[in-house]
Amino acid sequence: MSIDLKTIKHISKLARISVDEQRAEKLAGDLNSIFEFIEKLNELKTDNVEPLTSIAETTLKLRSDEVKSKNIREQIIKNSPQDNEDYFVVPKVIE
Amino acid sequence: MSDITKQSLTELVENIKNKKLSSTDVTKAFIDRSEKSEELNAYITNDFTSALDKAKKFDQKPNLNLKLPGIPMAVKDLFCTKDIKTTAGSKILNNFVPTYESTVTENIWNEGAILLGKLNCDEFAMGSSNETSFFGNVQSPIDKNLVPGGSSGGSASAVAGQLTPVTIGTDTGGSIRQPASFTGIVGLKPTYGSCSRYGIVAFASSLDQAGPMAQNVKDCALLHEVISSYDSKDSTSIDFKRNHYSKELTNNIKGKKIGIPKEYRVDGMPKEIEDLWQKGIQYVKDCGAETIDISLPNTSYALPTYYIVAPAEASSNLARYDGVKYGFRAKGENLIDMYEKTRSEGFGAEVQRRIMIGTYVLSSGYYDAYYLKAQKVRKLIKNDFDEAYKKVDAILTPSTPSSAFKIGEKTNDPVSMYLNDIFTVPVNLAGLPGISIPAGHDSKGYPLGLQIIGKAFDEQNILNIAYAMEEKINFKNKITDWWIK
Repeated sequence: MSIDLKTIKHISKLARISVDEQRAEKLAGDLNSIFEFIEKLNELKTDNVEPLTSIAETTLKLRSDEVKSKNIREQIIKNSPQDNEDYFVVPKVIE
Repeated sequence: MSDITKQSLTELVENIKNKKLSSTDVTKAFIDRSEKSEELNAYITNDFTSALDKAKKFDQKPNLNLKLPGIPMAVKDLFCTKDIKTTAGSKILNNFVPTYESTVTENIWNEGAILLGKLNCDEFAMGSSNETSFFGNVQSPIDKNLVPGGSSGGSASAVAGQLTPVTIGTDTGGSIRQPASFTGIVGLKPTYGSCSRYGIVAFASSLDQAGPMAQNVKDCALLHEVISSYDSKDSTSIDFKRNHYSKELTNNIKGKKIGIPKEYRVDGMPKEIEDLWQKGIQYVKDCGAETIDISLPNTSYALPTYYIVAPAEASSNLARYDGVKYGFRAKGENLIDMYEKTRSEGFGAEVQRRIMIGTYVLSSGYYDAYYLKAQKVRKLIKNDFDEAYKKVDAILTPSTPSSAFKIGEKTNDPVSMYLNDIFTVPVNLAGLPGISIPAGHDSKGYPLGLQIIGKAFDEQNILNIAYAMEEKINFKNKITDWWIK
């Protein structure tokens, strides 16, 4: 299997990471060597194996629905790169 | 005064309780040494001024019933600390100030410890050499231009270099045990679910665990006892009866059955590592334990499995960094452009690489071939351990396939960097506890570690084995203070 530049462009779109030509070529090289190493898994027959989805074999606990953090809006907003005191501000999305 | 930083955590606690030392004495000593140690680049953020204030306050009304009375401690910068910048070693969180405290660090402060500062680490804990940090690489106290290992490299460097008595790291594929091994200290990766993940910047949620790093096994046991707790804020935290690990620590391991897995004898492993392992086998026998040859047949598939599961989870976890609510934001022509530029400029190369791998293996058409396949192999790896534990109480292996390497030596070859974690990764995949203890030196004088892997929730047992071995090994770390002028 080989990951070409077109695939890199497609994945970078899905991952929302802009990648220029030079980076895309470097990434294609890296990913190909990593996937070559990952392909080793194909040696194993796993048709009848149950996938392991969670290592902690517990069922989720229920809890009452209570508000625990109150009045922290200001603190939360303070971490925002751009705000107007009440809201997070992003580039315009609606014309 | 200068001797204070050489003392173990256990000694410091004792001396504070007996009023031979005050918290201020101890805190000052570690701050002084930390300030002289800038060249190690172990800290990202220091909190020395308020640490000293807290120490003075503690001394005015000392509560000596606590487990860590007035003990100063620096922690990995992956733990959220309320009102103190938490970066995860990334540009994208360069200005992030959490509004809450991680459960693990809260447990530590509740027992009387005082925050010294936040320690350097690989960006989002992705790395094995601390070279992927946005804040620069960390130097090892063992030798100049040597990596301390990663991702808890700042933590390892700070403990080995005596900038903090003990610390906590996180371990997703070996990030506590590998740097502990590289710097001649003890590091424990607890059972998955033992320590709360609440407030730890997430990397791969089904693998991440916090754990203690210390100069010796007893200190490690004491800190583990403080940080391990059931926490309703982490849905995978497990409610089980936790021991008083330090009190119940014993070097009596007579009759214990220790497994020696043949698959860990990997191709190209240096003879020094093989010799160390043989020595380790002799040590546990000298302690009255019995060694049994075992097989973990799927060991060689662990690393490829890990490099599907961990990046897949990382790509989902790191989707939250979009430049909107916190962290770095790049300018963009529109919303999508802003997202794409923020993530391109905010994440470093290794993090981008892993997000790309993760996105690919989860993408339409590839999910079954990669992600589902990896989950199935993960099951086989766990089954190997379950099978082995029918015959043995614990497993002894080397911690790493080599000693520490030079800065820059492996940065251009991701796969050779990943191979560092070949002995530690299976433990995370199976959710088991593992401890690395220093066990000898290679021909260059660099430390080498041995790993003891336990059954789930059996931390006490592997701590006991480590404690008994530590006594026999009598390891002395060669710290020359090369970085102090």
